[in-house]
Amino acid sequence: MTLQAPERAPEATFPSYDEYLGQLSKRKRRARLVQMSFLALLTVAVLALVILLYTIIDDSFGNVAVVNQNEPEEVVASLGYDPASVSLDGLSKDELVTALQANINNNVGRRLEREQRFYEDRLVFESQQKWDEICASSDAPSGCSSSARSQGDLLLLVQERIVQPDIIAVNGLTASLLNPAEFEAKVATSFSENPERFGEYTFDQVRFQWRAWFSWSFLTSPASATPELAGIRTAILGSVWLVAITVLFAVPVGLGAAIYLEEFARPTRINDLIQTNISNLAGVPSIIYGMLGLAVFVRAMEPITSGSLFGTDSPNGRTLLAAGLTLGILTLPVVIISSQEAIRAVPNSLRQAGMSLGATKWQTVRSQVLPVAVPGIMTGTILAVARAIGETAPLLLVGAASFITSSPSGPFSQFTALPIQIFQWTSLPQAEWRNLAAAASLALLVLLLTLNAGAVILRNRYARRLS
Amino acid sequence: MTTEKESTAGEGTESLKRQRRPFESTVVVSLFLAGAISIAITIGILWELGSESLLFFLDDAVSFGDFFTTTVWQPQAGSFGIWPLILGTLIIAVIALLVAIPIGLASAIYLAEYASPRVRGIFKPVLEILVGIPTVVFGFFAITFVTPLLRSIFGESVVSFFNVLSAGIVVGLLIVPLISSLAEDAMSAVPDSLRQAAYALGASQLEVSLRVVVPAALSGIAAGIVIAMSRAVGETMVVTLAAGASPRNFALGSDALFADILNPFEAAQTMTGYIAITASGDLSYDTIDYNSIFAIGLTLFVMTLALNSLSRRVVKRFRQEYE
Repeated sequence: MTLQAPERAPEATFPSYDEYLGQLSKRKRRARLVQMSFLALLTVAVLALVILLYTIIDDSFGNVAVVNQNEPEEVVASLGYDPASVSLDGLSKDELVTALQANINNNVGRRLEREQRFYEDRLVFESQQKWDEICASSDAPSGCSSSARSQGDLLLLVQERIVQPDIIAVNGLTASLLNPAEFEAKVATSFSENPERFGEYTFDQVRFQWRAWFSWSFLTSPASATPELAGIRTAILGSVWLVAITVLFAVPVGLGAAIYLEEFARPTRINDLIQTNISNLAGVPSIIYGMLGLAVFVRAMEPITSGSLFGTDSPNGRTLLAAGLTLGILTLPVVIISSQEAIRAVPNSLRQAGMSLGATKWQTVRSQVLPVAVPGIMTGTILAVARAIGETAPLLLVGAASFITSSPSGPFSQFTALPIQIFQWTSLPQAEWRNLAAAASLALLVLLLTLNAGAVILRNRYARRLS
Repeated sequence: MTTEKESTAGEGTESLKRQRRPFESTVVVSLFLAGAISIAITIGILWELGSESLLFFLDDAVSFGDFFTTTVWQPQAGSFGIWPLILGTLIIAVIALLVAIPIGLASAIYLAEYASPRVRGIFKPVLEILVGIPTVVFGFFAITFVTPLLRSIFGESVVSFFNVLSAGIVVGLLIVPLISSLAEDAMSAVPDSLRQAAYALGASQLEVSLRVVVPAALSGIAAGIVIAMSRAVGETMVVTLAAGASPRNFALGSDALFADILNPFEAAQTMTGYIAITASGDLSYDTIDYNSIFAIGLTLFVMTLALNSLSRRVVKRFRQEYE
């Protein structure tokens, strides 16, 4: 039986050559238009990222207009030195203590000494008798047992209590570099237009100086109520502790689960359920993990997480341990999935070689499969950790402190973390906190960049070795 | 001779068997327990959310029906209708998708089909960096750049300081890499034979991408979009910082209803925003505020779970099977 071709003139099915050429140019034009619009959309994303990074860097450095209650030069001069040749931070600890004694009243001085001593061997504001008395009493202040303040601590204290800098205006990095005079003019106009805004300050008191919000002292100073002196030391230490606890929990459990699922699990119902469950958990919003952490670790397990079981004196379960465990269960699905992929990537020939030599399943896994999978597992862990460092919502729920100046001393301490600090500072209205938030964001981004770069280097090095 | 060897071999293997097995089983059992912890986590989530929500609904001030039918969320005044919070969440999610889908798909298609290796070398790292930036930094960006930009474009009287548009744009930016990578995966799974066939018939590169590859990969792309929506729904920090803490309460039957509830320039609290703000304030256990965050959390959990299952279902049902 022959197939009948449809009754159609052949010329009508396809366009003529001229028609085709005409359509071709139209199609080409449309194609270039769409391609350009795709490129434009992609550029929007790149532009947004560039602007984000630019905003952060721009706010992290710049000129500031600051009014000091007492100029640092005056303090130096009051000690008998020439301000032109000696600066405030060049003074020794003894000289700073002398300046402090001369400028703050005794009650404040005693309070400071009780918080933390100035010297190991002698007292400055308190009498020895009184000191021994209060240290022997039942609620001895922290100064009785802590170490003495260092020169750096004294410098901070002198700046906080005597110099008392008050930043009244800030300027961005590019504006400071390109047109510094405009900033001074702007502040001068503000002063002349509405002087009430600056209270009792006059324009002559204002000093314009360069300020690197992101600086070494920023990284090493504790949080403070005055933006001029605030730093992220407590936040960084809190984050480090959190990461340590998270890794200690998530890596053994996650690796164990991954090994089980990849090597030992037979396709039964419950194993399928575990696998689906893990994929589901990976998609749960982080705030839900925070709520789980709040209900279970902070509240239900309070004796353990507050450490009262072990004899510490934390007031409640809002400790590093609870937060670390919460972050641990948050990163667990990610660690499991990435470890599974790393184990799956190990060639089957190694397993079969091990088994054929008479090794048991676990022996094969332990001595053949795992060593080869370790780089992949490490990369996955580093990436999961990088994600955990940036998590804020669960920490908010588990009770990161909004203002804490003492460094964490153990897993049962109250804590704060870097993203929490950024969140707090961004929410405050004054302009200076904005700059601090930018500097803290810069610190966080640098940290994450290092971690991710480390993961990539690791992956490349071991990938080369394998092949 | 042979029998002797056999018997020695037999004894050796028997002692081997007896030695290793118990240890082996302990190892397997402990590994199984590690896997089972994940189930414990899910049970924990469901149990905690469920029990605290139950306490919330059992409280005298709250009725289960009112929670789902009234449209005012004002805990101080005793009104606990959840719809304003869901509305806030959905508005931001929709704005985010409106921003992210064009950019994500365009970048996926461009990177897969058009880009030279040099261009790809620039754009792919950009997308990877976007993934790695913490959401709190995005929130900072929303407040310090996007909101002032919107206020300078549309005027300060139109755009309030906390507004939904700013939060939506930044959340959209956040989920662009998700859509882009899932779309790219879906498109690269389309067999090359389809592309070759289209080229053989005289199609241009654009026509192949848009008329052949994208429709073939549509199930994967749709699944990716649903997952991105789930991520946008669960986002907390950007919306807490940029969208404000006032729920968009409304009353059905008022005249300017749609204008009121769809205004992108005003603040709107989302479910996640409410949980974050309430939990970071003074919160004592077993108060109605404490229990309310679990009720909202349960709703949020159910929503994201539904979206994630939907995306899996879409892939299974609509995936084109080739060869």
